[in-house]
Amino acid sequence: MIMPIHDPVRIGVYVCHCGMNIASRVDVEDVRAFAQSLPGVAAARTYKFMCSDPGQEMIQKDIKEHGLNRVVVASCSPLLHEHTFRRACAAAGMNPFYLQMANIREQVSWVTPDRAQATRKARALIHAAVRRVADHYPLAKERVNVHPAILVVGGGIAGIQAALLLANAGKKVYLVEREPSIGGHMAQLDKTFPTLDCSACILTPKMSQIRTHPNITLWTYAEIEEVAGFAGNFKVKVRRKPRYVKEELCVGCSECVSACVFKEGRVSDEFNQGLSKRKPIYMPFPQATPNVVVIDPRSCLKIMRGKCAMKCVEACLRAAIDFEQREEHAEIEVGAIILATGYRTFDARKIPEYGYGRFPNVYTMLEVERLVNAAGPTGGDITLRDGARPQTVGIIHCVGSRDRRHHPYCSNVCCMASLKMAHLVKERTGAEVFNFYIDMRATFKGYEEFYDQVLREGVQFIRGRVAEVTDWAIRSAEKGKLVIRVEDTLVGVVRRIPVDMVVLATAMEPQEDAAAVQRKFNISCSQDGFFLERHPKLGPVSTFSDGIFLAGVCQGPKDIPASVAQAGAAAAEALCLVDKGFVEIEPNTAFIDEAACSGCRTCIPLCPFQAITRDAVKGVAVINQALCKGCGTCVAACPSGAAGQNMFTDAQIYDEIEGVLADV
Amino acid sequence: MSHPRITWRVKYQEDLDLAFGREIAARPGGEDLYRCIQCGTCSSTCPLSIYMERTPRQIIAMARAGFKDEVLASHTIWLCTSCYACTVDCPKQIKITDIMYALKQKALGEKVYPARFPIPVLAKEFFQAVRRTGRSNESRIVVRMFLQTRPWKLLGNIRLGLKLLRRGRLALRREKMDGGQAQLRMLLQTTRRLENQTPARSPPLAESH
Amino acid sequence: MKYLYYPGCSLKGSGRPYEESLLRLLDRLGVEVAELAHWNCCGATAYMSVDEVQAFALAARNLCLAEACGGPGDAHLIAPCSACYLVLNKAQVYIRQYARIGQVVAEALRAAGLEYHGRIKVRHPLDVLFHDVGVERIKKAVTRPLQGLKVACYYGCQVVRPYATFDNPYNPMVMDHLLRAAGAQTVDWSLKARCCGGTLTGTMEEAGLRLSYILLKEARTQGAQVVATACPLCQFNLECYQDRMQSRFGDGIEMPVAYFTQLLGMAMGIPAGKLGMERLLAPQPAIPIGPPGAAVKGEI
Repeated sequence: MIMPIHDPVRIGVYVCHCGMNIASRVDVEDVRAFAQSLPGVAAARTYKFMCSDPGQEMIQKDIKEHGLNRVVVASCSPLLHEHTFRRACAAAGMNPFYLQMANIREQVSWVTPDRAQATRKARALIHAAVRRVADHYPLAKERVNVHPAILVVGGGIAGIQAALLLANAGKKVYLVEREPSIGGHMAQLDKTFPTLDCSACILTPKMSQIRTHPNITLWTYAEIEEVAGFAGNFKVKVRRKPRYVKEELCVGCSECVSACVFKEGRVSDEFNQGLSKRKPIYMPFPQATPNVVVIDPRSCLKIMRGKCAMKCVEACLRAAIDFEQREEHAEIEVGAIILATGYRTFDARKIPEYGYGRFPNVYTMLEVERLVNAAGPTGGDITLRDGARPQTVGIIHCVGSRDRRHHPYCSNVCCMASLKMAHLVKERTGAEVFNFYIDMRATFKGYEEFYDQVLREGVQFIRGRVAEVTDWAIRSAEKGKLVIRVEDTLVGVVRRIPVDMVVLATAMEPQEDAAAVQRKFNISCSQDGFFLERHPKLGPVSTFSDGIFLAGVCQGPKDIPASVAQAGAAAAEALCLVDKGFVEIEPNTAFIDEAACSGCRTCIPLCPFQAITRDAVKGVAVINQALCKGCGTCVAACPSGAAGQNMFTDAQIYDEIEGVLADV
Repeated sequence: MSHPRITWRVKYQEDLDLAFGREIAARPGGEDLYRCIQCGTCSSTCPLSIYMERTPRQIIAMARAGFKDEVLASHTIWLCTSCYACTVDCPKQIKITDIMYALKQKALGEKVYPARFPIPVLAKEFFQAVRRTGRSNESRIVVRMFLQTRPWKLLGNIRLGLKLLRRGRLALRREKMDGGQAQLRMLLQTTRRLENQTPARSPPLAESH
Repeated sequence: MKYLYYPGCSLKGSGRPYEESLLRLLDRLGVEVAELAHWNCCGATAYMSVDEVQAFALAARNLCLAEACGGPGDAHLIAPCSACYLVLNKAQVYIRQYARIGQVVAEALRAAGLEYHGRIKVRHPLDVLFHDVGVERIKKAVTRPLQGLKVACYYGCQVVRPYATFDNPYNPMVMDHLLRAAGAQTVDWSLKARCCGGTLTGTMEEAGLRLSYILLKEARTQGAQVVATACPLCQFNLECYQDRMQSRFGDGIEMPVAYFTQLLGMAMGIPAGKLGMERLLAPQPAIPIGPPGAAVKGEI
């Protein structure tokens, strides 16, 4: 702690209009006049945009001309511009920690509709800031070195892209994926809109680069257990689930799979959306990366009952199968983390009107992706459950999206995915295809052109949200079919359309454990459950936790091009952080007033960062400033009031409270 | 050779009543009127929409655009049987059944419902019967409705009436309350008085779902 | 637990067989009920088309009366008619959610010497029989199972939505479970909760009749021998206009339509006369009732 200066306090107060953002709700001139009247205030001004160069220059000029030694800026959240004004003050020769901000935008004008109330609230916050800033004293930021490695969580296309970019930049990358293979949802798709390139053809080269890149450590079938530390110095614990196959020995020949005592698949195949069965020992899909089989402990006889002829072990010439394998734990140190944990699809059973789970020929989009795919359960044949070819297919958009009962948001990709599916179904089967949409959203490069192509191909488009898929036949032509009941809103007439197959374009939704992941990484979620970016426009891949970045659908529904672009942005942000080599730490650390400390040791076991020790000679507690994270636990616990915290001293807090309550 | 008649159709903004939509939205249950995205789920789930000259979706669009006369004169609002299928299925959770009630009340209040149309007459008869006796008497209400709208239809219903009478399912005497009429009268009178002072048209306290 | 019973106007008129069979059935199952004294019209559909606040006031008076005889805790009020069930529930929700409605109704109630504290649970007989009495007790009470009688359970609209929470609004099953417990076979059909036409059968015959006809036709297609209903208006519409359907649609439908309470009563050996069976219009099937003492077969 640096002792406060004893010059008389001369405060400058700067009230920002923020265009109309603040000025439309807060009487800024009234607030300025009020500030001017407060003791210690030497200057008070308003300006349209305080963050602009002229605004900053105004503050700097006052510091010099009026001899200001404290500055209060009443504007937006300190998250946005605290560093701007700190820098401006520092440039004028003032210690930047003599600055205090009063947030009269997010906390006042944006949330208080009544002008008189808003003005009163702004006065109270400024009064609090003026009282507090008088107690400030100069501080300095500390620099801490950054660990150069980067962790990418999630091996879908976003995680793959981010990991490759960073590895190509020469950084050490850990890529951790929960499933036995990377690839994510993109690996399940057949073709991709709007160019119709084969998903596997463009994805698998990237997957094999991941596998072979010298800078990448790939851990599949693994999950993050614990994250500690801070930007630049994260300590992460990773749990690697046993796959009962030695990854370094297996070459993916799949002899073991053929040899398994089960001659046929008996477990629902996750990759094929349950449309086929797999064995307890299996290769997730042909291009799985790593190309290593895995044994499912929930269906393997050896693991479940301890008894099996173990034909797989016999068949493996490389002795890769290892039933003794146990869970492994690894601890890594990284400077930055990119979360690319993806999404899951909406459970169509939640809209019983559409009959999913009740009528066998109602499918989800992802299921049909597998049917269309040559490596899928039907070898690329689009067939109904009984093997017949559909003559008519209805594709229903917005299933679970744009629906306040489920997800109020638009899932962004379903229009284009449905157009693509309509094209593929028509091309492969010649069926009559109907698309049922509320609004057609084809807004990215080449998308409208693709819509135009599908229109020309003769796909039928009906603007209307389907109310019901029913087996109730009225006309004989409807017998044995699924009847789609919809208002053709462009005609204004209710139509009944019998089809053989219904495809539901289900919503994208946050992963089931998104909330748990959010807590683990100490980031925020938006109302819809997706991870919250720091700023929707200007911080789209950052989070409110420094050093943790977002890529792909975990941040919100988006398609492959957008996910890849975002992954690039996240990689660039991570690179900025680790290449800078150091981070500056806010000096909000705790300190001990040695004269007051009784050496009682209360604080020592309470410190979650082991930052406190006892000086045996002096008989007092000592806080290691490099380890202290400023959590305040010791300050609150100290029975003799010897522990204090920079930026949050008792005097500062009490004066702030008195200021905010002065008018009450 | 006769030529097909052609007419021109255009709606001038000054002939629309924008306050109409706001008024309906201010009625209980109408609060989400302006959230409609015109998806048509209501129309296709509605078992009666096949008889409507305008689908429920169109009624919503017209109400908020201010087509007051067309909406209030429409059969659509009277064909609604309050089965609530639209309300349950609406992805924007608009209480469409309640909006239909608000429109019916408005049409009755302004006496603009279709002439000799039995449904509003039945509603009024029901309303008056309950005001008088506290309970409804099915047969009396139905007879009075037919007399006012399509008296000849009564004949066709005599056979059914007799069948029901024989089986003890048609009460000819007026169904009365077993006490409490004075209290009920006071209740309804006060409600009407209070409503006339300030109509009960305020937004809900909380989201219903 | 003792229940209060709110018959509503229809159960005193065309719906008499519903009241008779319901009360008999509850008595047989040992469920105590007492009819609410001095009740008035619930404020149903037609009334709400004229003035919804008055409709809520009407409903609220019934709730107050029920609360007054229900004692200090929550009281359960059985409303067998779907319209009554809906309006009584809707009134509770709207009085709570819309400040002005709540104020007007409370003040009007005060003027009439009443006050409502929100302690009434409005219940439908389907809900009470399935959730309170339970399938097991019903199974035990069955003495003459409806051996394999094919029933189309028809729930209608207002008893499953939007205020009911006791069953799935899209594919309700409670009545199916109850009748299966009585030995019947229930058919799986998609129109269980589709509107019967309500009062339109009387006011706009063309539209109303078709709605009822659609239901009967589909029930017949699915092989039903009888349609079971849970609402007096549904029962009336489906039963009383079958001859008119024949003349209008040229399709002679002869489908018995009974209250689910009547069918359950039959299975418990209550004499047809006590269940109001002779009050039904449509031809009654020979309901295949098992010999006394036969047990319900098969999976329920």
